[in-house]
Amino acid sequence: MTSTDELRELARKCRVHIVNMVHRAQAGHPGGSLSEIDLLVGLYKTTLRVRPDDPDWDDRDRFILSKGHASPGMYAILAEMGFISVDDLASYRVLGGICQGHVDMKWCPGVDFSAGSLGMGLSFGMGSAIAGRLAGSERQVYVMLGDGEIQEGSVWEAAMAAAHHELGNLNVILDRNRIQNDDFCEAQMRMFDIPAKWKAFGWNVKEIDGHNMDEVVEGLNFLSSTNDGPSVLIAHTVKGHGVSFMADNPAFHGAAPNDEQYAQAMAELGEVVA
Amino acid sequence: MTKMAATRDGYGDALLELASNPKVVVLEADLGKSTKSLHFRKAHPERTVSCGIGEQNMLLVGAGLAASGYIPFASTFAIFTERAFEQMRNGVARPNLAVHVCGSHGGTHTGTDGSSAQSIEDLAIYRTLPNVIVMHPSDVVSTKVLTMQLAETNAPSYTRTARNKTPVLYEGRESDIKIGKGIVLSEGRDVAIVACGVMVSESMKAAEALANEGIHATVVDMHTLKPLDGDLIDHLVASCGAIVTAEDHSVIGGLGGAVAEHLTANTFAPLERVGVQDRFGESGQSDEMLDVMQISAPFIAEAAKRAIARKG
Repeated sequence: MTSTDELRELARKCRVHIVNMVHRAQAGHPGGSLSEIDLLVGLYKTTLRVRPDDPDWDDRDRFILSKGHASPGMYAILAEMGFISVDDLASYRVLGGICQGHVDMKWCPGVDFSAGSLGMGLSFGMGSAIAGRLAGSERQVYVMLGDGEIQEGSVWEAAMAAAHHELGNLNVILDRNRIQNDDFCEAQMRMFDIPAKWKAFGWNVKEIDGHNMDEVVEGLNFLSSTNDGPSVLIAHTVKGHGVSFMADNPAFHGAAPNDEQYAQAMAELGEVVA
Repeated sequence: MTKMAATRDGYGDALLELASNPKVVVLEADLGKSTKSLHFRKAHPERTVSCGIGEQNMLLVGAGLAASGYIPFASTFAIFTERAFEQMRNGVARPNLAVHVCGSHGGTHTGTDGSSAQSIEDLAIYRTLPNVIVMHPSDVVSTKVLTMQLAETNAPSYTRTARNKTPVLYEGRESDIKIGKGIVLSEGRDVAIVACGVMVSESMKAAEALANEGIHATVVDMHTLKPLDGDLIDHLVASCGAIVTAEDHSVIGGLGGAVAEHLTANTFAPLERVGVQDRFGESGQSDEMLDVMQISAPFIAEAAKRAIARKG
């Protein structure tokens, strides 16, 4: 078991990768990558049964990054896990690169679903969960959704169907960072009582602080051990967390830092830039 | 008396036979009684997934199953598959996951439900997607054979079936039927009529009427629109010199579109496209609809004469 101190340090390194990627590409989505990364680090290091040297192992747990634009976060943890190399991160958004703009199962080892169009990952995860059940496997499926993403109606088709089929091996991690592309969620589309919605759809619900690593580990344990129906972990996060000028700032949903901002971000993340 | 059967029953029969493969899973969106997946459900409820009235979710549940080694067959009405087009595009076709979608009740031939249920654009839209096989079989036998062949492919597919009965054409000829290969049903050297689905038997009727006037038509069942049997089209151009397409579908983008695209890129021949003329349908009996839409046998015969007149 990795200690939460080690997890925090790994998350810091991943944040450095994220900022590097979007700065190098001068494009991409740092905000949602920085909000999700503590959850991804916790998931990959403490929970997910995967084999970096055999990414297509058929009995692996599945992880579906439904908010597929937050790919820098996923590429960062895939590199730290050894699915890809740290050098591969330089291919983010570059022609021919395995790190496509949005995560793509045809391009990058360790990616289970080609996402990028919101609202699709939970349905795909439901199919993956049914496959696991049909195979008689104990494997678990984890789907990360953005909070803005649940404005897509098809998410609720999947939520209803997953509960109907009592898919205890299906788990959602909801990155509740309160910001979407154009503005704060509250301004774009109020979602009212999100935990109540999931409960009403028949899901087990737990809420955590998605940047408190102890709570992250506890929350992931709740997901993997709650199997009497689908479960959702609502992780309250801050978009852009870890870089002061990106934090809680809608401008950095999909924008890269300039050189000056980059230097500041690296300093804040404890990295010395040559 | 011509034996009649609905192509959707061929789909249902195929699923039942495919059930011996434990990887085959059937997905439904509350229309299993209509698409005929219900027989599979009765025999294998543990491998049938009700997705409720939720087509977008259904297609991606199929994608998840396919990515985990299963062979999902998902069906609903042709028209309702269309609301999940982007799921088909981004979640199925793009990652090239072998989800097999069957849209039943396609075309104006569907009849009295009226225009809301009469998909006349499904073949066109799915044909634009890379990796996707697009088929519209003409009879119950070919539908069964082609559906069973899908289970052996590693590509996603869209197959349109029809609600109403049409003549059975291929009893005892199962071995002639292969995905991607058109079937020559009659041979003549004046014009080639290339048809799909319910329009194949209409084209046969048109060929008989033309023969009475001394015009000899080749009739081809082009059950697979994509990949199109271009070799056969080239052969028809060489042997007949004029082509008519016939489909219960918009003249834009379906079989007529596919053949036109092939001709422009390869060889010249006059082409007349019989299909629904950029309009929506309405309520009516299926035979009435083919007349109202001006796609029944007499209209095919007229188109054949126009195509012949345009030969150089």
